[in-house]
Parts: sequence; structure tokens; C-alpha cells
Amino acid sequence: MPKITFTEPGGGRRDIDAPLGITLMEAARQHGIQGVVAQCGGACVCSTCHVYIHPSWLAKLEPREEMEEGTLENAWEPRDNSRLSCQIPVTAELDGLEVAVPQRQREE
Amino acid sequence: MISTILIIGGGQAGAQAIDTLRREGFGGRLVLIGDEPELPYQRPPLSKKYLSGEMPADRLVFRHRSFYDEHRIELKLGRQAVRLDAAARQVELADGEKLTYDRLLLCLGAESRRLTCPGAALPGVHYLRALADVAPIQAGFKPQARVVIIGGGYIGLETAATCRKMGCEVTVLEMADRVMNRVVAPSVSQYFAGEHRAHGVTIICDTRVVCLEGRERVEHVVCADGTRHAADLVIVGVGAVATAELARAAGLACDNGIVVDEYCRTSDAAIYAAGDCTNHPSLRFGRRVRLESVDNAFEQAKTAALNLLDKPVAHDRVPWFWSDQFDSKLLIVGLSQDHDRQVLRGDPASRSFSVCYLKGRELLAVEAVNHSKDYMAARKLIAERALMHLDKLADGELALKEAV
Repeated sequence: MPKITFTEPGGGRRDIDAPLGITLMEAARQHGIQGVVAQCGGACVCSTCHVYIHPSWLAKLEPREEMEEGTLENAWEPRDNSRLSCQIPVTAELDGLEVAVPQRQREE
Repeated sequence: MISTILIIGGGQAGAQAIDTLRREGFGGRLVLIGDEPELPYQRPPLSKKYLSGEMPADRLVFRHRSFYDEHRIELKLGRQAVRLDAAARQVELADGEKLTYDRLLLCLGAESRRLTCPGAALPGVHYLRALADVAPIQAGFKPQARVVIIGGGYIGLETAATCRKMGCEVTVLEMADRVMNRVVAPSVSQYFAGEHRAHGVTIICDTRVVCLEGRERVEHVVCADGTRHAADLVIVGVGAVATAELARAAGLACDNGIVVDEYCRTSDAAIYAAGDCTNHPSLRFGRRVRLESVDNAFEQAKTAALNLLDKPVAHDRVPWFWSDQFDSKLLIVGLSQDHDRQVLRGDPASRSFSVCYLKGRELLAVEAVNHSKDYMAARKLIAERALMHLDKLADGELALKEAV
């Protein structure tokens, strides 16, 4: 199972085993990673599973689709390495992936 | 001192309340009672990827069991709360166990409105609300199986799309003159009806079901005009009602749901309620509402949890909803009821457009079809009570946030 390292909003690091075939968001949620709120549960409509991907890993991910672009636009502090974790399937290639959770998710 | 909090209901609201309570430092006894046997799970995929078999059950759960152990949550799943004694602060389960509480949070949800016409209880007639409802429907998925769906709302249409993808022959019967008539503008209804028809779904509006017929199981759905629709499988999606009987029997104020204030307090000082089961004030829209949505369950549960811990915070959110049908996504934010003007942005023929609802120049609600940018911008604008520039608003090329 790929190991993924999350840096939580408080700065704590957690390594989790993410099963293949689920999404990065689902893996984070199942393990209760702090700050991955995932309110809509993966429908790509809420932006509360927003994460920052470690730049060295960006090229290994499929690029964002239009829906994700639109939803990310109003995320809290989006950056070039921002992704919605619900749109990233866990694959064997992601073993060792490093992800940081933003200080907060969007609040209007 | 609050040493025991009981939560009844293991849906979206119950699961979220646990999370907030523990993260906010509640260290006492925390018990979750749920009548379904599964770990708390998300419902939206039930009519979509779970029904189609694309998503297995273990992807529906919010948290693994280890999370509940780690956070010392006592799970009483597959256990039904049958009686609430508010004076004694006690809840009784169906098996006789009695639990006392200092604070109680009711996250009872809503239940499918049942069909009452003759034949409604025949085998082969299904509702779709809980995980356990899905397998009996899937068992009827055979190529060319004739599925008749009663009700052209969210559940009916999402289920229609999934059944069609599974190779069934699908007919949707809707009483009103258009699908989703209570929740969206005519142009949005028209768009989605068009999508369904293009995928081979038969949609019949202005029709009223009078009875279901069959010997061993349902065989025909009969409408008031005499039309008979042959059916191997019938799925009923005619709305939902708040689950409030436990509260009503305990003497809590109920009126189309459990009546709560903006702090999620019921008429009993030790009892709070959150989610689909509540009738609550919308501060943004200045009236009472009962909402069936993931967002409301989530936000109210968070609010209730904070108030349970004596951290006063009012529930003051702009509601939002979504629906996935075939490859189109409907996004709704706000409440449109008080509008006096509708503005269309973009061309429905382009498959990406939105409908804005205004009162004067104030934006009240937006329905966005495959248009997440308008939807996300609208969430902010509606919360801020933004006044829109009407000519700019009608220009679909201009970003919604620039149309103020």
C-alpha cells in the first residue's frame, strides 16, 4: 500500500497507508487527517479537501480538470501546487507522496 | 458539568458532531446511537456510484473503526432509540438498554415519503435512502429491465440516470409539468429533461399515479389517465419527511421537523438537534426552513457541537445543494423563494450556464449547470448580500464576481 505523508495544519506529520483504488481525500478522511474536511464527499463541489502537493510530486499527477479548476478558484489561498484531494486517485506511483493541508479550508 | 453526551443518528450530522466535539476538547463520555448497522457513511453516492457498483461500501464510510476507538467513541450501531424521557434525561433502546445523558443531540435525519395508493406495498417497489435499500434494487438490474421511477426530483432523476447506465429501460413519471419543478428554474428543468431524453430515458410529466398492479410482485404502474406502464422494478422518489417522532413523543416542539433556534437548541435545554430533522431559522433569509442537504447537516452539527460545549455560535450559513445526473452537475446555492427577477447567464445549448435569482439587485440564489465558477462566486456574493449590476450579470462571458 502506498505510504502518504500529510502535514496537518498544526504542523504535525502523519504517515498513512492509502489503499489503491480510493482517492487521496478518502484515505485522509478514513484516517481522520486534520483539516481535510471533504464536506461534499468527493463530488468536487465544495473545495474543503484542498491540499498542497509537494512540488516534486506535481508532475506525477494527472492535471486538474475544468471542474476542479473552477472549484479551486475559491478555495482558501490556492497556489500553483493546490489540488482537491478528492480528484486524485491513489496509485502505486504515489508511494512516498508528501501533502500539506492548508491552515484552513474555505469559510465565507 | 457535562460528562456524557449522547448523539442519536449516525448520518452526516452525527458523524460531524463527534468530530467537532472531540476536536474542541470534549473529553467526557461520547456515545453514538444509530439504527443502521454500518459505520457512519455518506449517502449521496447511494443513488449514483454506489448504486452502479463503481464504488464499494468501504469507500462510503467517513472514518475507519480505528478512528472511533482512538477517540473513545462508544458506537451503538444497529440499535434503535425508541423512547426519550426528557425529564429523566434518559434514552431507551429497542433492546431495553437505558442510557442517561447530560446533553443529547438528535440527528435523526429524514425518511422517504411513502406511496399510499393501492399496490404500494407490492414486492418490487423500492425507496432509496439507506445503504440497505440499494442491494434489492441492484438485484433487479438486468439488461432491458423495465424500471419505472415515480417522482422527477433529485433522487428520481439521479436514480434514473444510474439505472439507464446499467442498461435498464427507464421511465420517469412526474406529477408536475416539469422535472425538479420545486427546486429549479424552467430552463434548468428543460436542460436536465433534455439530457435524460438524449440518454434514452422516457420522461412523462403532468401524470398522476393512481395504483400499482401485479400478482406476486409489481407489474404495472397505472396513471390517472388510464396509461399503464409495464414495470419490473419501481423506485419511488416523492420527497421526504423529517424523522421527529422520538422528539414529538417526548414533548419537544415539532412543526415540520424538530423546532430549533439558531444555536440548534430544541425546546428542552439539554437537547439539541441538527440536520434534515430540524426546522431552523435561516438568518440570511429571515425565515424558518427545513433543509435536506449534506451541507446543512454538516454545518448545523458543527454549530450544535460548539454550543453543546458552551461555546455560543449561531448557525448562519447560505445553504447549497448539488446533483449529478449523467455527466452534468447541478449546483445550487441560496434560497430563491423571495426573488422578483431571474437572470440567465450563458447559453443552455453550450451545456454550461446559470440562472441567478434576485430581489431588486440583491442576489438570493444561483442555479449553475456545469459551471462551478459561477457557483463558487455566488456562495460568497449571496453571503455578503451583494448588489448586482444587472446588465453585467446578463453577460455570461463576464465572471460573476465582476458583475457587482
